[in-house]
Amino acid sequence: MLVQRPKLTFWERLYLPQVLQGLWQTLSHIPRKKFTRQYPEEKPPLYGKYRGAPELVRDPDGRVKCVACQLCEFVCPPKAIRVVPGFRKEGASDASVEKEPSDFIINMNRCIFCGFCEEVCPEEAIFLLRDFSVSGYSREEMQFHKDKLLELGGVREDKIQKWKNK
Amino acid sequence: MADNTVNLTIDDKAVVAPKGMNLIEAAKLVGIEIPHYCYHPKLCIAGNCRMCLVDVGMPKLGADRKPEIGSDGKMVVMFGPKLVIGCNTTVADGMVVLTKSPKVVKAREGVMEFLLINHPLDCPICDQAGECRLQEFSVDYGKAESRFVEEKVHKPKKTALNAKITLDDERCILCSRCIRFMRDVAGQDCLGFIQRGSHSTLTCYLGNEPKTNYDLNIVDICPVGALTSNDFRFQQRVWFLKQTKSICPNCATGCNTVIWSREDVVYRQTPRDNNDVNQCWMCDYGRINYKFINDPHRLTTPSVKSATLGQRVNLTWPEAIRQVVDKLRAAKRDSLAVIGSARATTEELYLLKKFSPSFAAYIPRVGTGDNFLLNTDRNPNAAGAMLTGFSSDYSVIADGIADGKIKTLIVLGEDAIVPELLAKLELLIVLDILPGKTTEAAHYILPGVTFAEKSGTFINAKNRIQRLNPAIPPLVGTKPEHLILSALLAELGGKRYATIQEVFADMTRDVPALAGLNLSKIGDSGVEVKS
Amino acid sequence: MEFVVITMAKIAVMLGVLLTVVAYTVWLERKVCAWMQDRVGPNRVGPFGLLQPLADGLKMMLKEDVLPRHITDKALYTLGPLMAMVPALVTAGAIPWGSQLPLFGRQIQCVVANLNAAVLVVFATSSFAVYGIVLAGWASNSKYPFLGGVRSSAQMISYEVCLALSVVPVFMQIGSLSLCHMVEYQTHHTWMIFMPWQWPSFLIFIISAFAETNRTPFDLPEAEQELVAGYNTEYSSMKFSMFFLGEYAAMFVMSAMMVTLFFGGWSLPFAPFNRPATTLWIGLAHVAIFLAKILVFLFLYIWIRWTIPRVRYDQLMALGWKIFIPLTIVNIVFVGIVLALWGGR
Repeated sequence: MLVQRPKLTFWERLYLPQVLQGLWQTLSHIPRKKFTRQYPEEKPPLYGKYRGAPELVRDPDGRVKCVACQLCEFVCPPKAIRVVPGFRKEGASDASVEKEPSDFIINMNRCIFCGFCEEVCPEEAIFLLRDFSVSGYSREEMQFHKDKLLELGGVREDKIQKWKNK
Repeated sequence: MADNTVNLTIDDKAVVAPKGMNLIEAAKLVGIEIPHYCYHPKLCIAGNCRMCLVDVGMPKLGADRKPEIGSDGKMVVMFGPKLVIGCNTTVADGMVVLTKSPKVVKAREGVMEFLLINHPLDCPICDQAGECRLQEFSVDYGKAESRFVEEKVHKPKKTALNAKITLDDERCILCSRCIRFMRDVAGQDCLGFIQRGSHSTLTCYLGNEPKTNYDLNIVDICPVGALTSNDFRFQQRVWFLKQTKSICPNCATGCNTVIWSREDVVYRQTPRDNNDVNQCWMCDYGRINYKFINDPHRLTTPSVKSATLGQRVNLTWPEAIRQVVDKLRAAKRDSLAVIGSARATTEELYLLKKFSPSFAAYIPRVGTGDNFLLNTDRNPNAAGAMLTGFSSDYSVIADGIADGKIKTLIVLGEDAIVPELLAKLELLIVLDILPGKTTEAAHYILPGVTFAEKSGTFINAKNRIQRLNPAIPPLVGTKPEHLILSALLAELGGKRYATIQEVFADMTRDVPALAGLNLSKIGDSGVEVKS
Repeated sequence: MEFVVITMAKIAVMLGVLLTVVAYTVWLERKVCAWMQDRVGPNRVGPFGLLQPLADGLKMMLKEDVLPRHITDKALYTLGPLMAMVPALVTAGAIPWGSQLPLFGRQIQCVVANLNAAVLVVFATSSFAVYGIVLAGWASNSKYPFLGGVRSSAQMISYEVCLALSVVPVFMQIGSLSLCHMVEYQTHHTWMIFMPWQWPSFLIFIISAFAETNRTPFDLPEAEQELVAGYNTEYSSMKFSMFFLGEYAAMFVMSAMMVTLFFGGWSLPFAPFNRPATTLWIGLAHVAIFLAKILVFLFLYIWIRWTIPRVRYDQLMALGWKIFIPLTIVNIVFVGIVLALWGGR
């Protein structure tokens, strides 16, 4: 295919008017309003469906919702999740659930914030909440264990409590 | 047409099946699966799940007793007014079976819906999830949403059937496989249903809970998660587990098994079908006895008992091999004895025998057996030990040590000689996996691996040679025994074997009974060797 | 002895001022760039980010000096960055920074070396910088630096010619090659830039200066899209920063040359700034005027960098050889005629 080059006029061929025009353009930007966000002091606004770090939530009764079905571990593309299954305490109010994670580890170094874990969770126990700048000084620190994940996740208000009447 | 076969058509496929076979098995011959719950090939037929309903018809015969041909040029088939169950319908000549016709599918959907009415939504916590027939057929024939709005029937959950098994009655779909297994195979008629209709509940008579050595097989055959093994309960989801074909090392029967492992951990063993050995069962004794694989006390580094320091000093592998070889060179060959465990593989025993032409023995291990799978000989490879030249009379070696004829001893995974005698030895080399009296006395310890970490062969009580496969990598610091032994032999001037295949090839040359065999000929189900 | 002491002091002061200005040019570059892109620019280190150059310098010094394994000639590899930076600093010595400073009862000339052929010295030494780049490209022993080095040497040699030829008309008018004389001439008459027949010379000079200092739109040797980072790809730590300093020092020197040749050096066209200083304050004011003028040109450099895209290599060479060199020769003849008819001394 032959590309027709546009015919340039003498002034255009001289190049200099365009240069001057460009110089004016850049110069005119100097006094304009700046769009920089001073990040650590000024947080960006997070919108409704924002996907931050995955965290574990409790139900309104303060019960750990996760039952260690390990589907998130299975679906996790970077294999960031590791669930250690365990038993619920005998005689506790939530003993009918039988199973809970004895530990739940998310390697935040690996997590890619894809949200598959939230999507696959049959118990609605894991959610990608609003923490986006997870950081630490060591790899060990970036392994978020069950207690930390539950603390970050907090309580989620929802009506369905399928284990209550078991 | 031979006399004992029949010709029939299943889903437009021509099938030649032996007389008396049922439709589920006949369909399996041509790769068609008829879904079922209560039917089990090794159990009697109950026919109560109604999942295997199929459409069965016979050709319409004219007045001349010949099949009538319709206007479309095809045979006219007269289908029955009702569907029949595939498990209890035997094949007949000329039979036409439809397993996927709209009528059949509709019937299965109905069965599924009824089964799911009272089935709890326990999948997230149910150990069966991932290998659950109800889950699988629910994907094929289930509805996304339940039309059932009433309260589900509640039954006892999380009840202990016995010390090994937890029963969840809500999950039970009343197939009665477990009842039939306990009654007909295990020989203890202990399980049964009580109540009626939706309230039917599986239970055992009080004081008559299952207590045979085969109870855990009902966990395997339970199509849903009603019966779960306490040993495996909440340990790991099955979809993470790698399945490795192996052999149970706990008695001379050599049940074919599958080892289920994830990363470096073995989570469970289940039986594998082999009609020549164990059908599809295994005993609980063998099934549960795998914990030593992940034992925290495993020996993980070669070591030497230092005379100067008076304690054990850890060695690197090359250093350990070098020192042991130096010591063995200095030792007199006719004062050297080997004790091989009959729990070791045939290849390891074959290599071990090469160290000592005169004294080689294995330790017999006898327990109580039953007439089913558990053998009185608790060594999985006594036949292999005998074939490779080991005698069961190890008192010769004990006597030899006692009167000073034997000064050097190599022990492969046994703990039989008393410490007083071991103390008299000038050199004691032990290959073992766990510490014991013999390793304590050993001058050199070379840590080996368990049956789940190595390849090799066992020869069972019926002279059947069967193959082990490594399910997990050797524990860090350990080495498979055949590699240790071949490294020692190579340094002493023998052949260096890089693979188990090379060892096996040499062994078939030296052991006449194994002539002509190789590992791929043995295959997954083993072959009988000439005795 | 006294001469040596004074000269050493001058060198010290000059280098101090030069390197400070260079460091802050980098800061200015980042700031101006940010403003033109509606950003804020460095603002974390010190007020308005003013300590940023210090932080950058510290960072550069603390970084690991990586010596890639494929480099065989370490001496040449080390010589590269030195050769890139030193000529720019040396040339600064020939440029008059001000008139004179009455200090300790002496009249101290504000120039390190008052040479009668200063222009030639400046051009001669600044051409040395090309060796630095060629050496770096060669000694790096890797393809991108090599291509960058080759391009750079071709470009600098080409534009060296127009750069020198373009200012011949200025010398023709003044009749001297001493930079001090040039400033003196402009204080007596008027700045060169106000003489219309010198405009073509100025235009060619400034464009050639951009090419000579490898600045946009002529920064072919370090064209990132094609050459990674060009000749300095394999350099790190202080060696890298020497290239960096060399580039900005060269910019500074070229700006100083433009100020001296066309914009009256340290002078302003009214008293008391149009004659050599008699008091210390006026002397210092001259230096300040000189630096202020340079600052304008440095801003021009930066402004153009963030406006104009890079030209193509063939365009660059065509512009140099086919247009500028003929043009400068015609310009010499043209100015010669103008001077012969209307001007002259």
